[in-house]
Amino acid sequence: MSSLAGDTAIVGIGQTEFSKHSGRSELQLAGEAVAAAVADAGLTPADIDGAVTFAMDVNDELAVIRCAGIPELRFTARTRGGGGGACATVQLAAAAVGSGAADAVVVYRAFNERSGRRFGQPIAENNRARVTPPGWNWYLPFGLDTPAKVYSLWYQRYMHTYGVTNVDFGLYPVVARKHASTNPAAFYYQQPLTLEEHQQSRWIVEPILRKLDCCQESDGGVAMVVTSMTRARDLPHRPVRIAAATQAHLRDGEEMFDYYVGDRATFPEAASLGRQLYEATGLTPDDIDVAMIYENFTPTVFLQLEAFGFCGPGEATEFIAGGNIEVGGKIPVNPNGGLLGEAYIHGMNNILEGVRQVRGTAANQVTGAEHVLVSAGRSGLVLAP
Amino acid sequence: MPSVIPPSPTLDDQFFWDAIADGRLVFQRCAACGTVRHPPAPMCGECHSVEWDTQESSGHGFVYTWIVSHHPTMPDAEPRVVVLVELDDGIRFVANLLGAELDAVHNGMEVALSIELVDGVVLPQFRPVTSP
Repeated sequence: MSSLAGDTAIVGIGQTEFSKHSGRSELQLAGEAVAAAVADAGLTPADIDGAVTFAMDVNDELAVIRCAGIPELRFTARTRGGGGGACATVQLAAAAVGSGAADAVVVYRAFNERSGRRFGQPIAENNRARVTPPGWNWYLPFGLDTPAKVYSLWYQRYMHTYGVTNVDFGLYPVVARKHASTNPAAFYYQQPLTLEEHQQSRWIVEPILRKLDCCQESDGGVAMVVTSMTRARDLPHRPVRIAAATQAHLRDGEEMFDYYVGDRATFPEAASLGRQLYEATGLTPDDIDVAMIYENFTPTVFLQLEAFGFCGPGEATEFIAGGNIEVGGKIPVNPNGGLLGEAYIHGMNNILEGVRQVRGTAANQVTGAEHVLVSAGRSGLVLAP
Repeated sequence: MPSVIPPSPTLDDQFFWDAIADGRLVFQRCAACGTVRHPPAPMCGECHSVEWDTQESSGHGFVYTWIVSHHPTMPDAEPRVVVLVELDDGIRFVANLLGAELDAVHNGMEVALSIELVDGVVLPQFRPVTSP
């Protein structure tokens, strides 16, 4: 895994603005992001011969290349599931380049997730047909009809096991919004948050999640270009090497309804990612300079900090309270503001921030950042120079 | 009264809902190796047998996790407790808890099966073993 991915790099990034109402089609957002990423890479559309996105993305590859002027694709792939697969897009692109299936792959994700279909809204009888997991019969009749409720049935075990409260969870949104407040691309630019304001936001799932524990709903598009390290050295930006890329899907695990595997005060899939990524790169948690952690809801930051060994089991509250995950701290987490502060582009915007951190061009640059761990919970990357 | 979205049985789980309608909670059991599985699946992950029968649940277990399901305008406008029950059968099962005050619900609470008609849908539900 490591040798294949290690010969590839992210050489271009592009994004639209992040808003609550883009006012244009999802295809236009995808086209704009792809064109921007190709230009940022110093390549032309004719250099791109592969495309990767989410199975959930509505923008067909042929429609996207028609917009972006890419003459021909010889490789396409899509990753399963939801935001947990964000880093798997990069793994697929790296695998394509590493195997020779493609020379340069554009990875994209674009949607109107606030002004169009809102992921956080309840699944109703009249729209359940478009919900893909076969298991909804085990949840929908009992009231588990939103991601917030579905995930809370897991997070409650973490709270119970370690005596964690919603006030503790509020520590993360305060950090995320602090980071976002100095990131001009963030939706919450110049809008920091206090713990008191967090505690005044309404309950979504009492006593687990308040509104400000939930990621944003965003309109926007992002894209990246992946090619070989050899080619990357001839391109304008400092190459951002894909030092390792992997996924973790466990038998009897379910995306969202992950109730059946192991101790639910932990995140077994993320723990597997950590083992794989550290083994592939020879790095340890102490070697990681920045962590980009997918956070649909605040508790998953706590679970992943522990799963990746940045702190011990049940220690995330104290670890965050100690300032360790802020820029300037021991392991800065989501310096762009993450999915709560910057935007929710299905986790993909956190990968772009990882690229900027290695390039040294981030709005909230972590000094000397060399090794960035990017986790989407079920897929992960290590980015390095 | 919550507004219940009824299940849409499939080829792989029709047996489960038929049994519920008949007042029984049953889990799928591999006819070849005896492994009990939930949620249902058409093949045994242990031995690949596609032959199976069912095992009636003990209907007894303990609350592993729980939440209050509540939405201001949608189903569950009236709060409903969702529990993940760890059954004596060795299976974790999502259902609702009835007959308990919210401040009495807790991890480890002893509960027992009660199949009930909820908003016109027959569902497996649970109630506290000792009254709260």
